[in-house]
Amino acid sequence: MKNLKIINVRFFAQTSSVLRMTGRELMKKKFSVVGTNVIREDGFDKVTGRAKFADDYKFDGMLHAVMLRIPETHAKINSINYLEIENDASIISIITSADIPGSKKVGMIKNDQPIFCDEVVVTPGDVLAMLVGEDVSRLRSALSKIKIDFSPLPVLTDPKKSLEPDAILIHPELGSNLIIHHPLRKGNIEKGFDESDQIIEQTYTTQLIEHAYIEPEAVIAIPLGVNGVKIIGSIQNPFSARRIIAAVVNLPLDKVQVIQAQLGGSFGGKDDIMCILSARAAVAAIKVNRPVKIRYTREESILESYKRHPYILNYKVGFTNSGKIKAMKIDILADGGAYCSMSPFVTWRSVVQATGPYEVENVHTDVRAVYTNNPYTGAMRGFGSPQPIFANESLMDEIALKLGITPYEVRKINGLKAGSITATGQKLQNHDVNLLTVLNVAAKDTDFLNKWKKYKKDKSIVKKYDFTKSVFNDSQFIEPDQLIKKGIGLAVSYRGCSLGAEGIDAAACYLSFQNDGTAYLLSGLAENGQGLRTTFSIIVAEELGITTDNIFYLETDTSRVPDSGPTVASRATLMGGGAVKNAAEILRGRFEELIQEEWKLKSEDEIVFRDNKILTTDNRSLITFKDLCKLAASRGINLSTIGWYKSPNVDWDEHTGQGDAYFTYVYGCQIAEVSVNLGTGEVYLDKITAVHDPGTVINKLGAEGQVYGGVTQGAGYGMLEEVTTENGLIRELNFDQYLILTAKDIGEIKPIFVEGKEIYGPWGAKSLGEPTLELTAAAISNAVSNATGNRFFNLPLNLEEVLLGKKLRPVEVKRGSLR
Amino acid sequence: MISLKFILNGKQVTVETEPSIRLLDLLRAKLNLTGTKEGCGVGECGACTVLMNGKAVNSCLILAAQIEGSEIVTIEGIANGNELHPIQKNFLKYGAVQCGFCSPAMVLSAYALLEENPNPTEEEIKDAIAGNLCRCTGYKQIIEAINESAKELTTR
Ligand code: FES
Ligand code: FES
Repeated sequence: MKNLKIINVRFFAQTSSVLRMTGRELMKKKFSVVGTNVIREDGFDKVTGRAKFADDYKFDGMLHAVMLRIPETHAKINSINYLEIENDASIISIITSADIPGSKKVGMIKNDQPIFCDEVVVTPGDVLAMLVGEDVSRLRSALSKIKIDFSPLPVLTDPKKSLEPDAILIHPELGSNLIIHHPLRKGNIEKGFDESDQIIEQTYTTQLIEHAYIEPEAVIAIPLGVNGVKIIGSIQNPFSARRIIAAVVNLPLDKVQVIQAQLGGSFGGKDDIMCILSARAAVAAIKVNRPVKIRYTREESILESYKRHPYILNYKVGFTNSGKIKAMKIDILADGGAYCSMSPFVTWRSVVQATGPYEVENVHTDVRAVYTNNPYTGAMRGFGSPQPIFANESLMDEIALKLGITPYEVRKINGLKAGSITATGQKLQNHDVNLLTVLNVAAKDTDFLNKWKKYKKDKSIVKKYDFTKSVFNDSQFIEPDQLIKKGIGLAVSYRGCSLGAEGIDAAACYLSFQNDGTAYLLSGLAENGQGLRTTFSIIVAEELGITTDNIFYLETDTSRVPDSGPTVASRATLMGGGAVKNAAEILRGRFEELIQEEWKLKSEDEIVFRDNKILTTDNRSLITFKDLCKLAASRGINLSTIGWYKSPNVDWDEHTGQGDAYFTYVYGCQIAEVSVNLGTGEVYLDKITAVHDPGTVINKLGAEGQVYGGVTQGAGYGMLEEVTTENGLIRELNFDQYLILTAKDIGEIKPIFVEGKEIYGPWGAKSLGEPTLELTAAAISNAVSNATGNRFFNLPLNLEEVLLGKKLRPVEVKRGSLR
Repeated sequence: MISLKFILNGKQVTVETEPSIRLLDLLRAKLNLTGTKEGCGVGECGACTVLMNGKAVNSCLILAAQIEGSEIVTIEGIANGNELHPIQKNFLKYGAVQCGFCSPAMVLSAYALLEENPNPTEEEIKDAIAGNLCRCTGYKQIIEAINESAKELTTR
């Protein structure tokens, strides 16, 4: 990779006071497979078209199901009349909520989402019932013959009105539209503002966006009679799906087998929606006693699946004239849409990280998520961090501008260091707190300071148009050579790894060697396209000195491996990888014992596993790994095991928002370089430099891929992506209107890894997938400001925002948090 | 029902089909060639790309009846048994595959490009895959893989 640099922390030992302060040993283990380019385990099947995604499965006698909906945002269903289709031979069964043997409402956290909404519709994606038959097009035409009598109800789309006393209630039985409130109180906020020389107050908003995985949702349920039901689907978290399906069909967990097909992208998005689709398919399959497939079109996918929360973020920050932040008061409102989904957890990450990676003595934060009739929002790569990062990193630049210092200096003055106390009162220790290191590396690599100052001076006077007049005078036109302006901007972040105080955090792995030296490997975490199988194979290969092609990764199946919690929160490498390393260590221990006995070694003699061989430290080859397995098998040694990894405990006081929120953190800095066309408002991404400390990099190709993909998604979030709604109804239902970046829209991306030391995870490997995405929009916004001299408060920075500083829209259309 | 004669992955085939179905459905449902994917159904994502007479086309926008007498190549026709085509090998080598849903179509778009233009510039590569959406990779490693394939194929 020409663009890639791996920087060992040792390199910075002389220059960085941060690292010297940790005073720890900085030498790293020498790896043979870890950190090299390994071809992905499932690659062959994927480039030849043999990989089977959910919709590629077919079974004898398989039926299809289509959904019944009404184009209403909020309505009471009075009756549904199926009379006209009752004798339609193409319909094998009508599935309604009466067919559900178990729970009729489900949810990841709160059971507020009906499998079939036959009493009331609270958002347009809601499904009333389902038709099952052989031919999808005939089923679809039958849908229009069903007579639905409904009474429209008042619609609530503005989250700011959700908590007003006279607001209509989305779920009246809950008594309030408040989904969750996370307070955080640290220090004395009044005192903090008193001690400040200056105060800035600012409101930021972010938009609703779609995951836009290229594979739409698909699932097949296969009835197994007394043995329950088997599910194959595009499912991000097979164990969550199993729990929900079991509750809905009223079967014990062991009678619900969930198999993950190759997953065509998820990014947090194929969780709740897939649990619900799987449950619907299971209900139907059990009822008609035939396999039933549900497969969404893109329009249905965008209509019904959950999205990223739009946020309204109010920040008030007090700071001294020397640039030190004294106090931050933050008030965040998240639009949860019609269902709770993961809102409590998403917003919990926001409350922990809302100040940004800065030492702030006095913090007063409130984060609330509320119900509306909008499309519901849940987990999406980033998970409650891109929104506050856009706000707090914009704010840092504003502080810098006010004080006449650079964005670099203001972050250096306030940034977290080893031993710093975070907003939640947690002391950062036991790992390299590399925030300032990644900042320094990024700034140096891009020549940030010189460029920033130059572009700032360079900027032409951006014309302030007077849009009340229909004709411009000459002085309002920009000279052609003044049209393109360059800008550079940066953003930094810290991110808590894994689930933190969200829940129990443990993962399992099954590893079984055969007597010819090959192995089966299976983790309880799922391959979502991110390359987890390859990463895990590398860990086994490294620990046992073998090559990854000897390891066969089994398909993810809830009946074959213990529940390992969800594959979310960038926890796969850290937690799942930890379990894989544990399994490999257990088996290595058994091998070592055998070798010691067999070759009569002394217990202090070191045994080396390398190049598919077992060696002594003086390089004497004892046996090949293959023969070792044969020998072990012949001695009756158990060559299979379950590995386990449990995270250290975290603690959290939900009333004060204080505690050790996460057991460790990762740090990142991204710098965006842009060209802005002042005539049209177009922003061209020239280059993004992404410096991340993910701990040890295990899977190098995969890590680079995470950076390229995350930055590109983050840039889409920053510049263009947006789901708008008209009275709750989504306007962008396919890729002709919902635009994501193409190969032509993204400039150079340069990943740089700073591998900080860490005591947790396999050889200190932590998280990368989400950090890569969360910073990009903020960095771009700061860069566009550097180019134009205008600040931006509302994502995305599309043409109108950049040119006019506002969004153009028909009166009735709602854009994210904006009215 | 009509009877369609065309060349599929190098072999002459005849299939009976309703004339109104899409080429995409003919391939996936009738012929079991599931390497061709549907991502949008409206010609925007490119996941359904196949080669029709050497050109990369969206099979969701082509009716089965239109392919009479044409030569169609799907992803299943690119590798020679288990021997991968250089483009496929380089996709693996350069990490151009993540979830893999877009990959068959990307490989085919690259294939069509290199047949027509063996020495493409980076801009030309981007143009050739601009109709293929990928949500995972940010396109960088895909572009690199195509670029390397071009070099490899021209020096052979
Ligand atoms: S499915 Fe044909 S272009 Fe998307
Ligand atoms: S690899 Fe997932 S869409 Fe391209």
